Amino acid sequence: MYNGGKILLGIFVFLALATYPFYNNIGKANARPEPSTDTPAIQKLAQKKCIEPEAFMKSEHMQLLNQWRDAAVRDGNRIYVAGDGQRYDISLQNTCMKCHSNKKEFCDSCHNYAGVSPYCWDCHLAPKEGK
Amino acid sequence: MGALFSFVVVILLILLAYVGVAAVGMQSFFGIVIPYVAVLVFLVGVVYRVIKWGKSPVPFAITTTGGQQKSLEWIKQAKLDNPSSSTGVVGRMALEILLFRSLFRNTKSELRDGRLAYGSGKWLWLAAMAFHWSFLIVLLRHVRLFETPVPSFVNLLESLDGFLQIGAPRLFLTGVILLLAVTYLLLRRFYVRQVRYISLAADYFPLFLIIAVASTGILMRYFFKVDIVSVKELTMGLVSFNPTVPAGVGAIFYVHVFLVSTLFAYFPFSKLMHAGGIYLSPTRNLANDSRAVRHVNPWDYPVKVHTYDEYEDEFREKMIKAGIPVEHYPAPSPEELEKEFGDKDAGVPAGKEE
Ligand code: HEC
Ligand code: HEC
Ligand code: HEC
Repeated sequence: MYNGGKILLGIFVFLALATYPFYNNIGKANARPEPSTDTPAIQKLAQKKCIEPEAFMKSEHMQLLNQWRDAAVRDGNRIYVAGDGQRYDISLQNTCMKCHSNKKEFCDSCHNYAGVSPYCWDCHLAPKEGK
Repeated sequence: MGALFSFVVVILLILLAYVGVAAVGMQSFFGIVIPYVAVLVFLVGVVYRVIKWGKSPVPFAITTTGGQQKSLEWIKQAKLDNPSSSTGVVGRMALEILLFRSLFRNTKSELRDGRLAYGSGKWLWLAAMAFHWSFLIVLLRHVRLFETPVPSFVNLLESLDGFLQIGAPRLFLTGVILLLAVTYLLLRRFYVRQVRYISLAADYFPLFLIIAVASTGILMRYFFKVDIVSVKELTMGLVSFNPTVPAGVGAIFYVHVFLVSTLFAYFPFSKLMHAGGIYLSPTRNLANDSRAVRHVNPWDYPVKVHTYDEYEDEFREKMIKAGIPVEHYPAPSPEELEKEFGDKDAGVPAGKEE
């Protein structure tokens, strides 16, 4: 090979970068986060369920929040009628976070895992947590 | 023709993964087997191609020169466009790889009133820059699915990329730019006649494939939502060699992964290898020092030569007999001298006689 040293160095760097996630994670146990729904508000619920079915909430809660925001801020509509006919006040702080008052073990556990950092809390108040 | 063919192939790939997952339930095939195979093919293929290139000799110093060569002291050298040192070459390569310097010199030609006119054509450069840089950022953003905890540079990229804070999940600009730029690159091949003429299926296929990859990604992020936590469970399983298939991840995810895997596996065998090839381009990576340093052609093997001297040695007598002039006449024998001068001492120089 011509200029073998440089080319092998290039190949080495390429392989090191491309396979980094593999050798960095090999054998590590990667438990998915289990967001805790153990809060006083949820304990009091007769039926422990979210506003919409769990699968929907898991993947689409951000879009629901976006609809809520638009409904409240743009259309002045502050009542949300869920799929099952239940009515909710449209409010991030007073609805979502009343039930999910454990933001750290709930919202953040997923968000840190997935590398998302919602900027909502720049303005909205996160629930006060004892711990 | 090439365009239609590539388009149909990409559609078939999408259908294949969709049917395979949604109807047949081959989640583990499309989510585990295919990605592993694709990554393996990608890594081995790229290394193979680069080593193969490394083995081919560079017969001549054919560096491209785009400015004044190093010359006399008082003539200003274009150090980056016509480098004479290794540092200069590194600078030029960096400009080439990071900013597509040579594409910036792209020209377009057209007939104006029957005369050929040239002008600068920067759109291709702009689209190529937009495309490659967005692609890189999109790729780096995906690191969030392969590392726990997510490295902070990924969070930084995400917040920069989504700084417009449109909607939730917030709109990532690079996704949009990537799709627009690659669409431009495709339309260019359709509408610029000269380019269409030289476009083959091998040009269209990667474009359609990348359009499909980007579209499924965007659809998955903003429209047909999937549970990212389960997705990450799958991807983390792949990189920790502990593969699992979490329940409830939509078929669109598998379609996306299948298209990406196709791209990876196709990469080493296609024009996409220009990513590695750019580093090995002799026209770019050689210093223009051919007046100072001798470039030895590695192809030069010991050639069997027969010089004129040897030729004359071989045929001298025959040549003399035939009256052909030769460089070296044989020393005359004593008999010949005697015959010529009639005296044995005739060869003695005149001045030396007593
Ligand atoms: C009435 C109380 C209540 C309210 C209000 C509520 N949730 Fe929930 N949420 C729950 C409960 C209980 C669960 C767990 C069981 C379930 O998912 O049905 C849950 C589950 C979830 C999950 C899925 C977590 C998992 O296990 O993966 C998400 C995400 C979520 N909620 C987000 C929200 C958001 C965002 C809002 C505001 C729009 C909200 N919740 C409002 C009670 C509530
Ligand atoms: C720049 C500050 C700011 C940021 C950032 C922000 N909001 Fe708001 N949000 C407001 C203001 C102000 C209101 C109006 C409050 C009202 O009228 O009651 C509001 C209202 C809302 C409402 C309806 C009313 C209520 O009490 O909740 C929702 C839902 C909401 N925001 C969700 C979000 C989400 C989700 C995010 C993050 C993606 C977010 N907001 C980020 C300032 C902000
Ligand atoms: C089941 C795990 C999970 C839980 C629990 C959860 N989220 Fe999320 N959330 C996600 C994921 C994953 C994303 C990123 C989706 C993406 O990138 O497509 C996200 C994104 C968001 C976004 C959009 C962020 C952006 O800027 O793009 C908001 C807002 C949000 N979540 C709010 C909440 C709130 C408020 C809670 C708590 C009440 C919560 N989430 C609980 C998983 C979760």
